[in-house]
Amino acid sequence: MRGIISFGGYVPYRRLDRSAIAAVMGKGGGRGTRSVASYDEDTTTMGVEAARLALRPVEAEPRALWFATADPAYLEKTNATAIHAALRLDSSVGALDFGGAVRSGIGALRTALDAKGPTLVVTADIRGGLPTGADEATGGDGAAAFLIGTEDDGPVVAELLGSASATEEFVDRWRQPGSPSTGQWEERFGETRYGPLAAQAWKEALGAAGIEAADVDVAVVTGSHSRAVKRVAGQLGVARVADDLSAVVGNIGTAHPGLVLANELEQAEPGQTIAVVMLADGVEVLILRTTDALAEFTPGLPVADQIADGAEVSYATFLQWREMIQIQPPNRPEPTRPSSSAAARAQDWKYGFVGSRGTESGTLHLPPARVSIRHEDELDAMDPAPMADVGATVVTFTIDRLVYSVSPPVVFAVVDFDGGGRLPVELTDVEPDAVRIGQRVEMTFRRLYEAEGINNYFWKARPARSGSSSE
Amino acid sequence: MASHGIKDQVAIIGMGCTQFREHWDKGVDDLLIDSATAAFDSAGVAKDDVDAFWLGTASSGMSGLTLSQPLKLEGKPVTRVENFCATGSEALRQASYAVASGAYDMAMAIGVEKIKDSGYQGLNAAPAPHDGTKRNLTAAAMYSLVLPAYAARYGVDEDELRMVVAKIAEKNHRNGALNPLAQFRREMPAEKICEMAAVAGRLSVFDCSGVADGSAAAIVVRAEDAHQYCDDPLYIKALSFVSGTGGGLIDPDYDYTTFPECEMAGADAYRQAGIEDPRSALAMAEVHDCFTPTEMVLMEDLGFCERGTAWKEVLAGTFERTGDMPINTDGGLKAFGHPVGASGLRMHYECWLQLRNKAGEDRQIDLSTRNLGLVHNLGGYPGEMVSFVSILGPELG
Repeated sequence: MRGIISFGGYVPYRRLDRSAIAAVMGKGGGRGTRSVASYDEDTTTMGVEAARLALRPVEAEPRALWFATADPAYLEKTNATAIHAALRLDSSVGALDFGGAVRSGIGALRTALDAKGPTLVVTADIRGGLPTGADEATGGDGAAAFLIGTEDDGPVVAELLGSASATEEFVDRWRQPGSPSTGQWEERFGETRYGPLAAQAWKEALGAAGIEAADVDVAVVTGSHSRAVKRVAGQLGVARVADDLSAVVGNIGTAHPGLVLANELEQAEPGQTIAVVMLADGVEVLILRTTDALAEFTPGLPVADQIADGAEVSYATFLQWREMIQIQPPNRPEPTRPSSSAAARAQDWKYGFVGSRGTESGTLHLPPARVSIRHEDELDAMDPAPMADVGATVVTFTIDRLVYSVSPPVVFAVVDFDGGGRLPVELTDVEPDAVRIGQRVEMTFRRLYEAEGINNYFWKARPARSGSSSE
Repeated sequence: MASHGIKDQVAIIGMGCTQFREHWDKGVDDLLIDSATAAFDSAGVAKDDVDAFWLGTASSGMSGLTLSQPLKLEGKPVTRVENFCATGSEALRQASYAVASGAYDMAMAIGVEKIKDSGYQGLNAAPAPHDGTKRNLTAAAMYSLVLPAYAARYGVDEDELRMVVAKIAEKNHRNGALNPLAQFRREMPAEKICEMAAVAGRLSVFDCSGVADGSAAAIVVRAEDAHQYCDDPLYIKALSFVSGTGGGLIDPDYDYTTFPECEMAGADAYRQAGIEDPRSALAMAEVHDCFTPTEMVLMEDLGFCERGTAWKEVLAGTFERTGDMPINTDGGLKAFGHPVGASGLRMHYECWLQLRNKAGEDRQIDLSTRNLGLVHNLGGYPGEMVSFVSILGPELG
């Protein structure tokens, strides 16, 4: 039976204290925190991070990659291809975007559960709104990825028992492309639509699974209409409704059912029944049952660990990162757009962080080189050296307050990789005064900058979050 | 295969140098005309007497036309050269080889940079099309990596080392204050520099070279012809150049306390000139003090003192104009200013004045026991740089 082979949730490092909003604006905000994508993250880079975590625990390789977000880094151009490149998937693996709507994330997941072959579903979102609005405070940023397949592809940790969909056209939430905020119709109206749709899909899914509501151990209930979500959750008749992570992370929209599901799977026992209910322009329901294989499964980096490991971002910086306010940049030229042809030639390096290693000397070259810095290596006698998952240590570092950056100052370190190799590299998710020689770091896929509408993706190093970057 | 050098085959017979400063009222053409004219006058020749030209500019113009048009050179070859911040020296190196080969009787090396028309602070070269993976870091930040590395390697307190490099800036400002062509003519106490806000690592703006416009030029002929034009020519004893592998950036053995390219270029120059102990042979050196830690490390790389001791020698005053080993007597990049393509020739201009006893009473160094000078000019960053070294002297042999 088809189901989930692996999964990974990604919560960015930064948190906005919701009370900081009213402290500045006089209103808005609330209690708790929300997760905040850094200035160098977008839905594509967060998708890469979640997908890396999902692929880390398993041998299985996806034959398709589907990416869903309501905040695509590009329109027109497929965003999934950058994720595909960062994961170093074979060119025969298709990469598609499920774009635009918050519902597309759960839709891609449900479609993958009905599809053929191992399919990697990546969902990500950056949620916000105008300052002081509810969406600004209750939204969150993050990503979740699932590798879907059958036992032929790898041990299935949660199999699909049944699913259902209910669809209706009504305008409750909407956003014009490029707009910074989402509109919402008078809340009472949406509630009247979602209630019956949820009841219909819930009943159909239970029937397809051949179980009763009381058999469901936990229900993950999310959606874009918070009142309706609460009401529906209360009416399902399940043993427990999952913590929706709203106190620390917030509602991460397209990726929210995935992130909450990942968190539940990380805490679940084999043989448990988990329902996923998503309210967005209708209702999607998935009913899953965890298998014995779950006991053998070790997450890439548990969602709970990421939630526990965060640092505050000031409201002023948050507004700047979300382009609600602009700050004066250093009086230095802005970076120029990367050349598409040069980037394509360097694809393994730029997206996959693959260096080269001299076959005789074993010397690592970052970026990859044809000619070695060691005499014993012949011309072109180099093997590819994938380094994205190799840990490193800070040898020395500096703070650059002169160079152009969207979020100065630039923190820069010379890092030595475990097993050899060195790179001078920018650090991220770090406080300038907290960097230390000897500090452990790991590589993370980021958007360095955007120029002329082209996103320049490459890798940075960040203080090690996962214990799994090899020593 | 060997670097043979052209010791005593070529002589400088005239030089010119504009003031280095923010020349809001002068363009590239004006600066080139001014330094070229000063060099022609210095050598007592006319522009038509010069057979070939090498123009060094990092980013103020493309091709030989940048020089031949403003000077209205007719039927003459002009080669534009670029080698990062060592561009000016590279122009001199090429002109010298051209004369030594016998291809031309007289050649000019001229360097220029018009920095201040960009509208930005600092040096900003437009990058070639790229894949977007090159590091985003100022040169100041790259060189700031030297301080903690040096402190750790030699067990020097970081605060003390910060004061040491500020003393280098203080010295170069003191030298610049005496120099009418220098950009900064105000003394700057090290204590004040230490109090300034850090812009890159622990470096402040006053640890960085002055950003200036300017031009400098030299005219060279074969040594045997020099006295036709000049009573006191300056002979070229060595010209060396090393362009690095960039290995320092990726080699975990590199520790940011030395610039191997500079050490290699220095060793080659000493071989060419027949110098065994540079400290006792050289009367002075102009070195590439793009940032204050650079000058400190160069003292060791060029063999002026033992490894790990430059910081003590700085505090002892060894490198003062009146010290045992005068360094950057004209103020250096720090106080004279750094118009990229002109700087290498500006360094030679200081040798041209000092080694011929023409620097003026208030600035002239002591030549009673030694009369050789060294120019060191680099481009790039720790781990990936080009380095030039020349040695010059007023006597043959």
